[in-house]
Amino acid sequence: MAELMTLAEAVRNLVRDGDTVALEGFTHLIPVAAGQEIIRQGRRDLTLVRMTPDIVYDQLIGAGCARKLIFSWGGNPGVGSLHRFRDAVEHAWPAPLEIEEHSHAGMANRYVAGASGLPFAVLRGYVGTDLVDQTDTIKPITCPFTGEKLTAVPAINPDVTVIHAQRADRAGNVQVWGLLGVQKEAVLAAKRSLVTVEEIVDELAPVPGAITLPTWAVTAVAEVPGGAHPSYAQDYSERDNDYYQAWDEISRDRERFTQWLEQNVLDTAGSAR
Amino acid sequence: MSDSYTSDEMMTVAAAGTLREGAVCFVGIGLPSTAANLARRLHAPNLVLIYEAGAVGAKPDRLPLSIGDGVLGETADAVVSVPEIFNYWLQPGRIDVGFLGAAQIDKFGNINTTVVGDYADPKVRLPGAGGAPEIAASAKEVLVIVRQNRRAFVEKVDFVTSVGYGDGAGFRERLGLPGKGPVKVITDLGILEPDPETRELTLTAVHPGVTLDQVKEATGWDLAVAPDLVTTEAPTDEQLRALRALKEAR
Repeated sequence: MAELMTLAEAVRNLVRDGDTVALEGFTHLIPVAAGQEIIRQGRRDLTLVRMTPDIVYDQLIGAGCARKLIFSWGGNPGVGSLHRFRDAVEHAWPAPLEIEEHSHAGMANRYVAGASGLPFAVLRGYVGTDLVDQTDTIKPITCPFTGEKLTAVPAINPDVTVIHAQRADRAGNVQVWGLLGVQKEAVLAAKRSLVTVEEIVDELAPVPGAITLPTWAVTAVAEVPGGAHPSYAQDYSERDNDYYQAWDEISRDRERFTQWLEQNVLDTAGSAR
Repeated sequence: MSDSYTSDEMMTVAAAGTLREGAVCFVGIGLPSTAANLARRLHAPNLVLIYEAGAVGAKPDRLPLSIGDGVLGETADAVVSVPEIFNYWLQPGRIDVGFLGAAQIDKFGNINTTVVGDYADPKVRLPGAGGAPEIAASAKEVLVIVRQNRRAFVEKVDFVTSVGYGDGAGFRERLGLPGKGPVKVITDLGILEPDPETRELTLTAVHPGVTLDQVKEATGWDLAVAPDLVTTEAPTDEQLRALRALKEAR
């Protein structure tokens, strides 16, 4: 059964140094407040997993929380590069960052295998690309029925997955809708999970196309209104495009970034903005 | 016909023009998305737009600012998960056209969006693969839209993120890649198409006012030129009006 906690409690209880941590969200519903709480609590040596590491991963990497990144596309969507990510890869600042690099299809299938309790997934991709030579978790496999050459990728089973959703009830059942990315798979693949929600309600009214994660499939739920900002939560908030634009400038320079981090993350007491 | 337009506008209009009415198009953000949405407003109102964040049949009334912009989900025929987009819609060959951008492209249409320089010690770390490798492998055809200069148009890409024609004729067939590969590369200077025999990208059209020397100068290899090189039609006033309205819509 999911326990209702504050964000600070949930991160303290669920996220440990050295963990493999996935904060998923595909432009929509990115758990930014939770990522910043991980920074505030000073976690180190994390293996960060995410299909589309964007601003919050730039912040985690720049703050020195990450040892390794497993990903398929790292950028500031619609704006340009992630400068803290680039600085870590190109100049090992503030620490070297090991990378394990996939395509979206590869990452999505790794989560599907993880959620399915299988050791690996199969897809028809990657052949002819240089990714195959750089990434140990991409291997050729032969179909036992047709003989076709395919690609195998191992399951991802994070120690903890964090997502943001629209709402939960007091029993800890979670409801999430809109562009859902790979969040359901990431939660079901994980050993522990934290869902931050816009609001906790007495009863979950049905929403067409919504997914419910039952309380027994989730470890902790924390109410964090605006916890996806600057990304958005459909029917609750709009994407803050100005923030994404502004991040380009803030993140270019190490000093400016460090100052930003101190003022906007480290010095702020708990929870969302 | 209008004579006051930018080379980016020329490129976007030319790219939109290559999209057929009714085609199912897997769209990347940026220039591909702009061109595809322009095509929907001009000659291809029933173009089906699929975005990797999960929108199937998106009909945005303004340009999405990111791949998961709210306007995509809200206007789509269906919203599905990311595993579904890649496994059910792209992989089995349901996509007619994959529409990609590039940081580097080489003379066999291979695309790099991963690193400039050595992988372990890169000069520039780029965003990475995203959905592109599987789009390049499995879409029936691929269109590429990219600004042409020597930094982007290199003889051989530093890293093959997405396969074009590999090292030339027969490469895709040997690997069993299901799609046909890049059929057109649309740039701000002209259009390149693979030679039917060698698969080397060959200049088949230049945009109005662009000289052959200019295109060669902007290409990092000895550029092949089609014997029947044509000049692209300049954008019409109607096309430019539609493009500018699209870019201004918020």
